[in-house]
Order: sequence, then C-alpha cells, then structure tokens
Amino acid sequence: MSLIRAAKPQGTGARVGDAARASGAVVLTDVVKRYGRGPGAVTALDGVSLRVEPGSFTCLLGASGCGKSTLLSLVAGLDDLTAGSIDDVERPVAMMFQEPALFPWLTVAGNVELALRVRGVGRAERRQRAAELLDTVRLEGFAHKRPHELSGGMRQRVALARALAQDASVLLMDEPFGALDAMTRDILHDELERIWRERELTVLFVTHNVREAVRLGDQVVLLSSRPGRVLNVYDVAMDRPRRIDSAPVANLAAEITDALRAEVSRHAG
Amino acid sequence: MATAVKGVEKAVERRHHEIPPVDDEEQAAGRASRPRGKRRLGPGKAIPFGYLIGPLLLLGVWFWGSAAGWIDPRVLTAPWTVATTAWDLWESGRLGPDLLVSARRFAFGLAFGVGAGLVLALVSGLSRWGEAIVDGPVQIKRSIPNLALLPLLLLWFGIDERMKIITIALGVLIPIYLHTHNGLRSIDGRYAELAETLRLGPAAFIGRVVLPGALPGFFLGLRFAVTASWLSLVVVEQVNATSGIGYMMLLAGTYGQTDVIIVGLVLYGLLGLGSDAIVRIAQRRVLSWRRTLED
Ligand SMILES: Nc1ncnc2c1ncn2[C@@H]1O[C@H](COP(=O)(O)OP(=O)(O)OP(=O)(O)O)[C@@H](O)[C@H]1O
Ligand SMILES: [Mg+2]
Repeated sequence: MSLIRAAKPQGTGARVGDAARASGAVVLTDVVKRYGRGPGAVTALDGVSLRVEPGSFTCLLGASGCGKSTLLSLVAGLDDLTAGSIDDVERPVAMMFQEPALFPWLTVAGNVELALRVRGVGRAERRQRAAELLDTVRLEGFAHKRPHELSGGMRQRVALARALAQDASVLLMDEPFGALDAMTRDILHDELERIWRERELTVLFVTHNVREAVRLGDQVVLLSSRPGRVLNVYDVAMDRPRRIDSAPVANLAAEITDALRAEVSRHAG
Repeated sequence: MATAVKGVEKAVERRHHEIPPVDDEEQAAGRASRPRGKRRLGPGKAIPFGYLIGPLLLLGVWFWGSAAGWIDPRVLTAPWTVATTAWDLWESGRLGPDLLVSARRFAFGLAFGVGAGLVLALVSGLSRWGEAIVDGPVQIKRSIPNLALLPLLLLWFGIDERMKIITIALGVLIPIYLHTHNGLRSIDGRYAELAETLRLGPAAFIGRVVLPGALPGFFLGLRFAVTASWLSLVVVEQVNATSGIGYMMLLAGTYGQTDVIIVGLVLYGLLGLGSDAIVRIAQRRVLSWRRTLED
C-alpha cells in the first residue's frame, strides 16, 4: 500500500506514487514548506526533490536554518507540506529528534521499553531487548536512571537506542551524534553501520560534520541556505567500513566543505 | 603538620555546611570566593524541616507575649492554658469524637472532590467536546462561593452528613479541575510529536504521556484542594452542625470560652499544616524526575 502525502491541489503525486510503490524508495518531489502567512512567512524549503533508495544511507548537509529538520519532520509526517509531494511505501518510520526528546518521568530503560511495548513485545523480552540496546549504545548500568541524571550525549544515545527499538525500516536521524566525543562517535558509527546493514534500514541522517557524512553516507545531499533547495548530490563510492580519518574520506569531505563554505558566504555577502 | 591536617578538616567541614570560605589561605590558593556546587541564583538548598520554622516563630511570639503580659488572656488565651484546656477536653472525652467526626468529613469530602475534579479535568482536557460541555459549568461554580450555595444544598440534602460531604467536595473539585486541566493542556507539544513517532495508541498516550505530564498540575491543585477542604469544613460545621470541631467552637463562643475557641483554631491550623506537609512529601516523591528550584 502506498502512502502519498501531497499539498491539497496537486497533480504529480499519483505518478510518482507508482514509481515509489514499485521500488520502495522515499521520493520527494518539488517539496515546498512555508511557515506562517503574509509578509512574516518563512520559506523553509523551496522545491526540494530527492530520491532515497530503500536500504540506502543518505546524509543531509547544509547551513544552520536551511530546513534540514523541517525536511525530516515532513518525511516523518509530523507536519503538512505547502506544495509538492512526499511519497513512500507505508511503513513505520523511526525519528531521532535534534534535541534528545525523552520522557522525563520514565527511566532510561522505561523510555526504550515504551517503543517495544507499543509493538506488543512481552514483558520479559522487553527487558532483555532494552538491556541489549543500551549495551549497543554503551549505556549498560544506566537503565534505572532518569533522563535528568544523564549528560546530553548520553541522552542522545538513549534516543538512539529507542529509535532502534522501534524496529522501523526507515530511520530519520537529526544530528544524532552532535554532542558526542570523537571516540564514542566512532564507535557508534560502526554500530550504526552494522545495524543498518543487518536490518537493511533506509537512513536519512542530518549532520553538520562533513566527514561524518562522507564516513556514513551512500549519498551526501548538500542543501542551499534558506530557502532550502538541493544544491548537489555526491555519490560516495568507497568501500565500507570506511575510516573517518582516511585519505579518501578527507579528500571528498574537503571538496564538499568548499562547496558548503561557498554557499554560506554567498548568503552572508 | 598537625595544623595542616586540622585546616583541611575545617575546610571539608565548611564545604559540607556550604558556608562561604573566608580563609586567607584559600583565597591565596586561588580558590573561587564562591563555594563550589552552590547555585548563586534561586532560593538555595532546602533547610531541613524548614516549613516548621515559620509556625514555630509564631508560636514563640505568642508564648513570649503571653508570658510578658502583653497579651490580655481575655483577648487571646495563653498557649499553656490552651494546652491544658485541650488536655481537659480530651480527658473528658469531648474532643476525641468531635475530632474524629471532622476528620471523617474532611477525608470523604476530599476524596470525592478529588475524584470528581480529576474525572472532569480528564474529560474536558482530552476532548474538545468534553471541554465545551464541562468547562463552562465548572467556571460558573467557581464564581459562586460555597457559603452562597449552602441554603440550596440544605434544602436538597437536609442537614445530614451527605450534605456536608457534598459541600466540601464541591469546594475541592474546583482547584483540582483547574490545575489538572491546565497541566494537561500545557504538556510540551514535543511529547505529543514524540508519542506520534513512537506510534503510541490513544490508551498508551493517555497513560504514559498525558497523565504523568499532568501530574505537576494535579499536585498543585491538590495542595489548594486540601486547603479548600478545611475551609469548607469550617463553614459547614459552623453554619449547620451538631458535632465536629467547628460546632465545639460555636458552642464555646456562646459561653464565652475563648480558650476552647483557640483550641479549635489551633487544631484546624495543625491539621491544615500537617495535611499540606503530607501532600508536599508525596509530591516530592512522585515528581522526583523534575528539576526545579525546589531541589
Ligand atoms: N515551527 C516553525 N514555525 C516557524 N518557522 C519555523 C518552524 N520550524 C522551523 N522554522 C523555520 O524554518 C527554517 C528551517 O528550520 P530548520 O529547523 O528546518 O533548520 P535546520 O536546517 O534544521 O537548522 P539547524 O542546522 O540549525 O538545526 C528556519 O528559518 C526556521 O526559522
Ligand atoms: Mg535542525
């Protein structure tokens, strides 16, 4: 079954819908998102077209405020589009928000288990799976703490564990590793890559770290400054697992950084 | 050597009590003049049993004023007279039953009021239709004092316990409803988004997100409700009763027994303070996940 979300007067949605149904891809066509009305309106996204293949890893790069978080919440279906269409096969989407959103009244384990409970996982298995996932994000021993007792990076990792607990086939991640030290981040890159392969996830990953984008992505999408448009899509044809400090990663990252810098200064000037 | 060790001990002790260091040695050692771990803004660390200090001060003034002869015992009975009167009343078996009757009315009124207020707040907080139907009448009730309702309630329910408990419950219902409803509606929108991406069903959303999120509001309402319950109790017992602390005071008033009246007032005060303390302790425990200036 296909789920087509489109702005009310739309014409292209159906055709693209067929394409998505056939391939299982997430397809964005001329997506426009405007906040507010009248002279105070902000155009966050202005005609974004993007195709995310099933089982692929896509990284989104762009200046602050260019609409990356907006794009993710549109794909997650949390907000309505102004124009254009987003088209994916109806299937569960897991989202990791930019600010790690945990329920403060639940323990760390409780937050992770909630995602499992929704899926009808039994009590004993829930406990065990939550412990495993907390192990994966290196938070063993923190299961019974409350979110306010954790550091920002630890909260991000709990949110990651919960997103993985949802067992969704599409994973939307908004700067998930922004608050982590380089070592922990490296380890989590490896873990994320492993899980992505094992579960054949489709990942849409927002980051400000160009090297991280090249380290992880099959494709790296560069967005323009506000209003956001797709400026360039880089295909990363390097063998995995990649090392974030290897020369090929650094070279491509340098190229993308130059393009990003040009875009940011074009807007500043 | 010995003095150095002693100095360290002293420093440790001082930090423990969070008194700002005034030692020249520490200043010279480049320590910050502000002790570490202490927040500069906000009320500071909780004082153990701090909520007792104000009432005890009041009691002290009363004692001192009576002992020094500044307070005429005909106007305000001395505290020791009140104590002996209370003891005599207790001994003669007059205070015990009255106290029990009052406590029962308080407890039942509070329980029914909290229950009703909670149900109404949920109905009106969770659905627009519920709000359209429930909110208006509650706001109307809110602007009518219990005292004004009393004649009507008397006509409807007579003068038995039922009428008293209903009157108290009506007073309790309002703060519970207002604060719980407000708590429900002011839950951070991000939690709803989060619940949506987690695909929580309506039941799980209410049970795991809405109710815990509304708890801070509910507890605030509960504190007002406990007060409201005592206030309504006084009204009910002084307007129409043949038992209870209020009735005891009313009777004492006609015989000019100031000391008995004061015993009643002190009892109301103690019970009010005690029940508020219980609610606060419960609030602390249940809302331990919050980080507020309270901690
Ligand atoms: N709910 C909203 N209401 C109004 N404007 C919004 C809203 N959300 C986002 N915007 C605007 O849309 C634009 C894009 O915001 P968005 O959060 O998507 O940026 P971003 O690319 O994620 O930035 P960052 O890298 O800083 O997280 C911004 O100009 C912002 O002001
Ligand atoms: Mg963002």
